[in-house]
Amino acid sequence: MSPPPATPDAAPPLSGTRGFLQGLRDSLPFLLVVIPFGMVFGVVATEAGLTVTQTMGFSVGVFAGASQLAALQLMTENAPTLIVLATALAVNLRLAMYSASLAPFLGPAPAWQRALVAWLLVDQSYALAHARYEASPRMPMPARFAFYLGSVALVVPMWCVASYLGAVLGNRIPAGLPVDFAVPITFLAVIAPMLRTLAHVAAALTSVLGVLAFAALPYNLGLLVAALLAMAMGAQVELWLVRRLKDGR
Amino acid sequence: MMGYSTAQIWSIIVLLAIGTFALRFSFLGLIGRRKLPDWVLRHLRYTPVAVLPGLIAPLVLFPAATEGEPDAARMLAALVTLAFGLWTRNVLWAILGGVVTLFAVLQITG
Repeated sequence: MSPPPATPDAAPPLSGTRGFLQGLRDSLPFLLVVIPFGMVFGVVATEAGLTVTQTMGFSVGVFAGASQLAALQLMTENAPTLIVLATALAVNLRLAMYSASLAPFLGPAPAWQRALVAWLLVDQSYALAHARYEASPRMPMPARFAFYLGSVALVVPMWCVASYLGAVLGNRIPAGLPVDFAVPITFLAVIAPMLRTLAHVAAALTSVLGVLAFAALPYNLGLLVAALLAMAMGAQVELWLVRRLKDGR
Repeated sequence: MMGYSTAQIWSIIVLLAIGTFALRFSFLGLIGRRKLPDWVLRHLRYTPVAVLPGLIAPLVLFPAATEGEPDAARMLAALVTLAFGLWTRNVLWAILGGVVTLFAVLQITG
């Protein structure tokens, strides 16, 4: 979660417009991820039997790709509504962490601005905003908000457009294409770069082994149990790594 | 195919949207006056890697498309995606590697 150290706060504080444009520019590389990911969700949702309106309801209302795909996957398995919600929200727990991490920077902003920031809080906007705010501690509040808006000004509409295109084109995909594997490939591609430390790897392995071990639990509960165990495993390994590092010095 | 009524699907969408917003607004709404204790943050850090691998493991090992029989093409595609992701640290390259592998092996094994 530590962004690369940027240049110290030498430049004059950003104005609103410049902040917005800066955010916009910083977000450009993320479009390469957001567009295909949105299309995958649209295609998979249509294949699963959702209407285009329902698909857009997910993408506009929930606006969190990984949890949308997770919910969809459990829905195709006809899991109980409560399990679908609990698992998808578990995927989104990290957003509360992002919220806590941005709160010191955006706390003084008006409530409507904080609500807007919250609704648009995704991995990408969090990473960009946190890196920028840390690098420019004297950035005035309006510029912070403008930067944030800039960083999502393209990502959000493109996510929605891509979902829509996927949902519409999903109907025309020829039968026999292995669309079923879009979800595993997308998730593996998202997870792999996250496996930065031994703690992350241990959590991921626990998750996989746990799901297989608890496959017999009813109501698709196995995944939730495995996820809780995996979080505990990650935290414990992290503690152990920190302790070992201290002892080594 | 899914066995949910339209009302059930919409309630999932609406409740998920509300719940997700609540998570996002949680601390921004409280103006950051309260800090999460360290042990909570330490657990939250691992939520993505704790949930997502477990979600996809059965899909990789026992794909529904082959009636749950382990499938070489899907297994290899998953391995290549993971390897590319670890190697390049880039989501797009990983997806591309996995998709190309999947199609290539399916083509060969017909």
